[in-house]
Amino acid sequence: MQLVLEKRAERSSTIALVSPLIAIGLTLVTMSILFAMLGKNPISALAVYFIHPLVDSYSLQEIAVKATPLVMIAIGLSLCYLANAWNIGAEGQFLIGAVAGSWLAVKTNGTEAGPWVLPAMLLLGAIGGALYALIPAICKVRFGASEILTSLMLVYVADLLLDYLVRGPWRDPKGFNFPTTAEFDPVATVPVLIEGGRLHLGGVIALIVVLAGAVLLGKTIKGFEIRVVGAAPRAARFGGFNSNQLILLTFAISGALAGMAGIIEVAGPVGHLQPGISPGYGFTAIIVAFLGRLNPVGILIAGLFLALTFIGGEQAQIAMKIPLDVTKVFQGILLFFVLACDSLILYRFKLIFASPKVSRGAH
Amino acid sequence: MGLIEAIILAVLAASTPLLLAATGELVTERSGVLNLGVEGMMIVGAACGFGGAWLSGSIIIGALCGIAAGVLMSLIFALMTLGLAVNQVATGLALTILGIGLSGLIGARFVGEKISPAPRLAIPGLTDIPMIGRILFGEDAFVYLSLALVIGVWFFLYKTRPGLILRAAGDNHASAHALGYPVLRIRLYAVMFGGACAGLAGAYLPLAYTPFFIPGMTAGRGWIALALVVFASWLPGRLVIGAYLFGAVTILQLHAQGWGVGVPSQLMSALPYLATVIVLVLISRARTGGSTAPAALGTVFVPDR
Repeated sequence: MQLVLEKRAERSSTIALVSPLIAIGLTLVTMSILFAMLGKNPISALAVYFIHPLVDSYSLQEIAVKATPLVMIAIGLSLCYLANAWNIGAEGQFLIGAVAGSWLAVKTNGTEAGPWVLPAMLLLGAIGGALYALIPAICKVRFGASEILTSLMLVYVADLLLDYLVRGPWRDPKGFNFPTTAEFDPVATVPVLIEGGRLHLGGVIALIVVLAGAVLLGKTIKGFEIRVVGAAPRAARFGGFNSNQLILLTFAISGALAGMAGIIEVAGPVGHLQPGISPGYGFTAIIVAFLGRLNPVGILIAGLFLALTFIGGEQAQIAMKIPLDVTKVFQGILLFFVLACDSLILYRFKLIFASPKVSRGAH
Repeated sequence: MGLIEAIILAVLAASTPLLLAATGELVTERSGVLNLGVEGMMIVGAACGFGGAWLSGSIIIGALCGIAAGVLMSLIFALMTLGLAVNQVATGLALTILGIGLSGLIGARFVGEKISPAPRLAIPGLTDIPMIGRILFGEDAFVYLSLALVIGVWFFLYKTRPGLILRAAGDNHASAHALGYPVLRIRLYAVMFGGACAGLAGAYLPLAYTPFFIPGMTAGRGWIALALVVFASWLPGRLVIGAYLFGAVTILQLHAQGWGVGVPSQLMSALPYLATVIVLVLISRARTGGSTAPAALGTVFVPDR
């Protein structure tokens, strides 16, 4: 008796719908086992993780704040992945966007600069992120170098560049030698939506990005080309679509979105440029993109869910002394289950009772 | 000990984890599987390797723990990509994300602990030879093990029948399957070998390179190992050259920082990563007239019955 995988005649739409939910369910079961192994009560740990952040308004706002960069980055990544271009360096593009936008904030700090500063910063962030993403894209298109490896290597470089700037030329002279720029001026800060709250304008921008992503993919020819190039490269070639151009385009868009997310994070919740501005948003956004099935609305929901795990993880650390690394383990396991469940859309399991030796080699 | 001798010794040590991990990945990729989770397997190998050595007091047990951890991680990957036909790129990324979290969780209790590192060999008569003695006979055993491993892999791939079958599975899985070879089982073994090597490579860092564990201590070496396989055009011999070149870059930037060259230390630290990008571009560019990569690399295989 043998359990084998068999291709379905057509993709199962039922499983396509429920697979993210099955994946989350399986992840929660695995996490319960992990909590039990750590000597914590699984029920109360899960409650701290997933229920407590949902019941007070501060945490709810914080979830939206954390979801903002995740959703913005993941929308861009989904375009890349749909076109079969593997940008995994969004973390670096996020950091470069933060650096590019912060340049203006640092230069205008303490001057009489007007309200044009923030829009200009957002623009600079987007341009910086897009240019940084174009490096691996050009290396891929022009020289055939693996975009996976080059985009990832540039994450480390971006991290070191940011570190150099805040320890060197951009360091706050009144900052007691801490590696940070001066606090940004009010005109260089993303405004909050409700006075005294945490929710800021970036949340609105993220929603606009979701909408734009949905329109691009659903209503435009470019969106159609992106989907065809990824799903059926041969058909795309016959259709005369330029796949190299699409790699450049999707990398530029995703870099711009990651870069803008970076400067929004710095000019919003953080308020100054410093090392460690990202708890791995660029990598978590990869999970968001897949959990959201590379679909803009799905990504919005997935982004909120993974933001919940960040907040829940922080609360679990404070309330139950559960290490923060559990959140990363959780996110990794979730991605595994999402991918595994997605496989069942195209394949199904079949039990074979006869000895496989008979059929071997005889097609 | 002369400066040049010291630098060569340092380069050998810095190259060893790269060479170990890249050798394993080379075998995996020659069977047609692209496992991007090397970094994840390495970092878990580092945490488990240090834990094993710290608890048992034995470097060998530590190394075995690292290998076991790498194999276990690679089995998750194999289950997903071979068992469930999931996209290999996405699964490899997931493996790295999971590995970074797991290593933090496992290693948390070992942070700040110290062990005595793997001893350097001392063979009477040989190690004392001036200039070359220390280099050829005076490093820790892992350095020579990694070289033996490359030679073994070369012999296996090109001089034995199973090696030929493994390469066949990597170049054309449909034909290999039609000839009656169990493609998925061959790939499973290749993935496990890659996991074992990555686990050992990770364990080398806290067992011999720096005798303590810090979270994230692999610092992208797993990704550099992946790039090395491309650099080597999937040939074991070139892997050695590539690994030692990268080891040299790493040591060069450390020394340059020490000498206080008028360049920001961050730029020097970025050198290995920048070098990887440049090398990938140069190598990919030089390759005209088709790629040397295994033809079926990264493609899903579901045997029809």
